[in-house]
Formats: sequence, C-alpha cells, structure tokens
Amino acid sequence: MGTRNYRRKTSHSEHGPGDGGRTGSWRVERPVLDKSLCIPCKRNTEACFICWLFCPDVVISRTIPPKIDLEYCKGCGICAEECPTKAITMVDEAQFSDEDKDKE
Amino acid sequence: MHIIENGNVAAALGVFLCRANVIAAYPITPQTPLTEKLSEYVESGEMKAEYIPVESEHSALAVCIAASSAGARSFTATSANGLLYMHEQIQWAAGARLPIVMCVVNRAVGAPWNVWNDQQDSISQRDTGWIQIYCSDHQQIIDSVIKAYWLAEKVSIPIMVCYDGYILSHTYMPFDVPDQEQVDAFLPPFKPDYALNTEEPANLNTVTLPDVRMDVRGELAHGYMEIRYLLHEEMRTTLTVALEAEKRFADIFGRSGDPYIEPYLCDDAQYVAVGLGSLTYQLRVSVDALRKEGIKVGVMGVRFYRPFPDAAIANALKGKKGVIVFEKALSYGYEGTLASDLKSALYEHLAGTDTLPVVQNFILGIGGRDIRTEDLTRTLRAAIKDRISQEPVWIGLKL
Repeated sequence: MGTRNYRRKTSHSEHGPGDGGRTGSWRVERPVLDKSLCIPCKRNTEACFICWLFCPDVVISRTIPPKIDLEYCKGCGICAEECPTKAITMVDEAQFSDEDKDKE
Repeated sequence: MHIIENGNVAAALGVFLCRANVIAAYPITPQTPLTEKLSEYVESGEMKAEYIPVESEHSALAVCIAASSAGARSFTATSANGLLYMHEQIQWAAGARLPIVMCVVNRAVGAPWNVWNDQQDSISQRDTGWIQIYCSDHQQIIDSVIKAYWLAEKVSIPIMVCYDGYILSHTYMPFDVPDQEQVDAFLPPFKPDYALNTEEPANLNTVTLPDVRMDVRGELAHGYMEIRYLLHEEMRTTLTVALEAEKRFADIFGRSGDPYIEPYLCDDAQYVAVGLGSLTYQLRVSVDALRKEGIKVGVMGVRFYRPFPDAAIANALKGKKGVIVFEKALSYGYEGTLASDLKSALYEHLAGTDTLPVVQNFILGIGGRDIRTEDLTRTLRAAIKDRISQEPVWIGLKL
C-alpha cells in the first residue's frame, strides 16, 4: 500500500456523484414527470413527496418540482407506481435521442 | 461479590456490567437461559438496553451489525445450528470491523439432531475473521465477556466467547462478580471512529472492486483485498493488544493470567495434554493421578484460538517429548483442527531442532458422549507409553 494514507479499514464512502458508479445507463425505461399533475405542496406547505420517499436510490430531490437525477436513476419505476396522481410515467429510453440521453 | 450461579448467568452478568446498548438474540438450547436472563434485566428496567426479539439467528446478528454501525455496544448469543444460520452475517460483521461480542454456548451440530455439547459449532466458524476465546470455568466466562468488549472495541474486530454447553452453561459454581464501578473504570463507553448519523451520512460496506479506486473526494480508497488484508494483519496484532487488556484487567480487578494459554504443571513435564475449554480442567484430574504414578505430564488449555498464539504455544511445548491433543471437534477427512494448527505452530517455530515434540490427536465427547476421567487417564497413560496411531483416535466409540 506504499505511500497511500487511507485511514479507513472498511469500505466506507460518502454519498456523492461517481461513488456508486453511474448507473443511469442501466435504464430501460425513463421516469417522466408531468408537473401539471404533481402535488408537491398544499396551502403553501410541502405535502406529497411520495416519490422522494420511495425512491430506493435516493435520486429524486425533495424540491418543488421534484428533480430526478438521471445519471443514477436505474429506471425501476417504483416512483411511477407509488405516485398518487400518476404524475410520473415510464417511457421507453429508445424514445429519447442521444442528445437528451443524459439530460433531464 | 462472590455468588454461586450457572455459566449462562455468568455471561449475562458480564453483558449487564458492560452496559450493552442492544441485545438481539434467538433462543436455542443450551444458550436459552442466557438470553432469558438478559431479557429479564431489560424488562425489569435494571438494564438500560434495547432487547430486540428476532425471528432467527441470521436476523439477530443483522440487528447487532446495524446497531453496532450506529455506535451501540451490541450483544448476541447462540449455539450450534443457530450459529451456522448466522454464518453469512458472521463474515459480514468481521469485514465491517464491528466490535460485536457473541457468546457461543458450544453444542453439537445436526444432522443428526443433537442438543448436547461438543465444539464443532464454533470450530466450524474458525476462519470467519472473528476472535475466538474459549472459557474453562464461570469466572473465565464473566471475565472474558468484559475483556472481550474492551479488546473488540480497541481493535475493531468481533469476538466469540465460547463455553461448553451444559458442562459450563447449566452447572453451578462460585465466581466473583465485579463491581459496576470497576467495570466502568475498565471499559469506557463505546466510541467508534464513525457511527451512522443523519448529519454525516455514509455508505458502509458497499461494493468494492478487485482493484483500488478513487472515492468521491478523489482519494484512492482501499479495494477488497486491502480491507481483508488489514483484517488479517490486525487480527495478528490483537495478540499484543490482548496482553494490554490482561494487564489493565489485572490492575483493576486484581485477577490475571496468560491470555493465550493456561498451562498446568507444564514446566517440568515431558508430556503435555492440550485442549480447548472445560475439558482441560477435567484433564487436570488425570494429570494429578498420573503425577502420583511418577509420570511427568501437564495440561495446557488454549484460550485464544483465533488469532492463534503460535509462538506462545510453541514456546510452551518446546523440548517436550510428546503433545497429546484432545478435541471435541474435527475437520472431517483429516483430524482435529487444534491438532493441525498446533503442529503447524511447532513446525514453524521448532522444525530442524531436536526440541520438536511428537503430536498425537484424540477425538472425544462428540455429541455429548460422556467423557470419563478414567478414560482420559488411561488414554494419556497409553499415549505416553507409546505412540498409538498417526491418525486421530476416537475415544469412547462403541462400534
């Protein structure tokens, strides 16, 4: 291990881009959010965020509107399944051109 | 305070005094009274800990792994098939470097079903990266639990405290229960380098690759092989740290001994019987009998089985004519594991000298087959007279 000065004795890392590997390329279907159906707030108070809560990869932000990080989203579809207003639909990746492959 | 109690209660009192925060266990004979006792302490409010009933041993250790990752001092206990059911999590706890302490109340493993004592269960977990300590009486059980927490937390390696089912777990004998103040002075609160918390989130034990790679900060993080090497290397260093534990323990509790081995009448002995756990105390009776016949024989208990104190063992057996290893477990298809390890230590340290003893191996007490002291004495006498066999010999077989 030579001059390396890595203190940890275990596999230990911080949450951040790149650490888990960019898994977005695994995706077959992409979640697309229809902002007109999304209900993130009610009487100016944060409300729903079911997608944020259920996403197993923590790639949906707790913001208005919620943002999906497509670099990591594996396209599991749990958000679309759980969304109470059906604001998220899963769309075949083949529908998107190469240019917007990496864009939201 | 001296009390008369059974071995399971001795272990429970050790856990109580160490102020374990989380206890998760699934009852299995002969460990059951230990977990029952701990649940009573928690239920009555005497012990401020979280007792988590689980649906299996696999879950019991999974709970301890999670609790320990969050900075809680964790305890579990099991026996036989329960231990085997934990196997995957046992390896995980070691690789994750979590200082969990587990009592293994030794019992035979199925099939066929058998609830009596031998040591095949913990011996089969020898290569999992856990420290293994074997106890010979109730005082050693309670003291080992207390020392185990200090040692485990010092080196970040989990520890199995093993003691014989029924022979120790269900028999009553007097032992000293240390004061809470003494234990508090010996064992500071558990403060890991990192404990899971929402302020400072982390990914623990996520996938590693065959080679090293950059982490989020651009630092070159360890690969799997580095992490596993460190576990091995620090297991070896534990032998030194164990001496420090023993010294600290002696300073506070006024009791001490060799942490690795427990020799009895070995100094002038020409022949030494070796074993793990309570069997070595029974062997002392045979040794006393043979000494009266003028046979220079001693007995040595091995207390630390992993990390293996090879140098201490070779040093203690150097120049002896013969070593007779008695075991309640074996590596099927070869011989007793202690005999193999011991021969390897002797070869490593004494090969090429004229101090290399002849080693004989006896297997006995499998599945709780009664071990009669007369049989031990007779076997020792015969083995000293002449080498019986190069193969391990089973005592008490009725074929």
